[in-house]
Amino acid sequence: MLKNILNLGDAALYCDFGDEINREINSNVIRYFKNLQKLDLKGVTNITPSYNKLIISYDLSIINFQSLKEKIINLDIKKTENNKSKIIKIPICLDDEFSLDLKRLSEKLKIEKGEILQSFLNKEYFCYMTGFIAGMPFLGDIDSKIRLERLETPRVKVPKGSVGITEQFCNIYTFESPGGWNIIGNTPIKVFDKFNESNPLIINPGDRVVFYRINKEEYLKFNE
Amino acid sequence: MNKAYFEIIRPGIHSTLQDLGRSNQYHIGIPFSGSMDKRNYLIGNKLVGNKLKEASLEFAYQGPLIKLKLGKVTGVITGNVTFNILRKNSKIEKGSCYKTFELKDGDQLDIISTNKSVYGYFSIKNGFTGEYIWGSCSVNTKAKIGSNDGEKFGVNQKIYINKNESLSESNKIDYFNSKIEFIRVLKGTNFNFFSEKAKQIFFSKEFIVSKLTDRMGMRLEGQKIENIAEANIKSEGLIKGVIQVPPDGNPIIMLSDHGTIGGYPKIAIVISADYDRLTQLTPGSKIKFKSVELNEAERLYKLYEIETQNILGQIR
Repeated sequence: MLKNILNLGDAALYCDFGDEINREINSNVIRYFKNLQKLDLKGVTNITPSYNKLIISYDLSIINFQSLKEKIINLDIKKTENNKSKIIKIPICLDDEFSLDLKRLSEKLKIEKGEILQSFLNKEYFCYMTGFIAGMPFLGDIDSKIRLERLETPRVKVPKGSVGITEQFCNIYTFESPGGWNIIGNTPIKVFDKFNESNPLIINPGDRVVFYRINKEEYLKFNE
Repeated sequence: MNKAYFEIIRPGIHSTLQDLGRSNQYHIGIPFSGSMDKRNYLIGNKLVGNKLKEASLEFAYQGPLIKLKLGKVTGVITGNVTFNILRKNSKIEKGSCYKTFELKDGDQLDIISTNKSVYGYFSIKNGFTGEYIWGSCSVNTKAKIGSNDGEKFGVNQKIYINKNESLSESNKIDYFNSKIEFIRVLKGTNFNFFSEKAKQIFFSKEFIVSKLTDRMGMRLEGQKIENIAEANIKSEGLIKGVIQVPPDGNPIIMLSDHGTIGGYPKIAIVISADYDRLTQLTPGSKIKFKSVELNEAERLYKLYEIETQNILGQIR
């Protein structure tokens, strides 16, 4: 549960739910997040859930740390809709031109390329959080045998749609962006759609995700 | 739609439409955005008699050269800016900041530079026509959202204006942008991830604003800040003003278009009252940090707000 509330600067609350990253702690974070969203507290400008923390930003001309903290502590956070998570199927092309770091993964982990891909495709992932860049989902947990740290020198440009893994996580680059994750494939699906203003993300925190392999031809035709 | 527009002859370095920013989208990865120097943005809108949330044209360093077509309008430039008005009859008028002027069909506005500062604002009566998403037309070039498909303005583009209207009388205010000596900060949530020596350096030495500074972040150099715990933490939410220290030891201050999640330890957070003036620091500027407590930061923000209200209150 919520363990501690600190101030993050003079305009945000830093709510600590624990040090570990696991689904139980993350579910607590998401539950607080959803409840707070519904409450729509005066002065709150943003609520940012992550693996095990929740940042609540506020307008300092409307409310301050002490009074918002008291409100949060006294909230009756209901156990709601934890089973409402959806399963999202994401197509991925794993051809060499997209799997930019497969060779590195194979060499460093000393596992055949095919086995890495198989192991990646075999699991169902959980969306812990979204963000960094618009709509980027942070998914977990990948099989322990294919875990590797980030690239020593991050890429200046990771292509849009790239699917990357690092440590226990997997993500999808919704835009071309700098980044240091190990890229293993690319999805043609629009994970973030700005034209769908009320529901711009196809993967939201709490959702479950499975990847299915497509070939280059299917990849190219996907958005036709 | 109104037909009058500004044609962009020279776009300048980074010219975008900005307003008060968009809230409640951090959780999907969309930062606040909006005007970097909020006070100057507000003064601009007030001087032309707009609602305070009307979109303004924000420019950085070198501003745009734009030509008004098919209309007339009252405008004003705020910040510390050198600009000229090139009348249709070839007459050149030297511009004054914080004083409204009228532009007619065929007149050009040449925004030459921001002096010893980064951002300036061009506000017009009734505002520019922006595209709104999540309650704001502010451009975020990273997520490609907001006006102009989320891009900065380019050459030959048109910026439409909402309504042809010029004020019968000119309006002005005397305002000087004060310089900032210290950036005041609150200690960050990972303050103890840093060595005693690193903390001491952070609060006693000068840092230099790097060239790699933009609307997303301000990179600092000159002093290395050493982590003693981990250089990477579990990624968590960020807000503007957070100072993160990556493994190379060069601090980065999150600015209005920052990534919403970050995995580097936070040594400190810039107080809200100092944010506007922080954003105006040019590459090469020297800065020093000073630690304050939360109640002091809150008091300083109240003061900043009262000051802003006083300035706006002086404008009729």
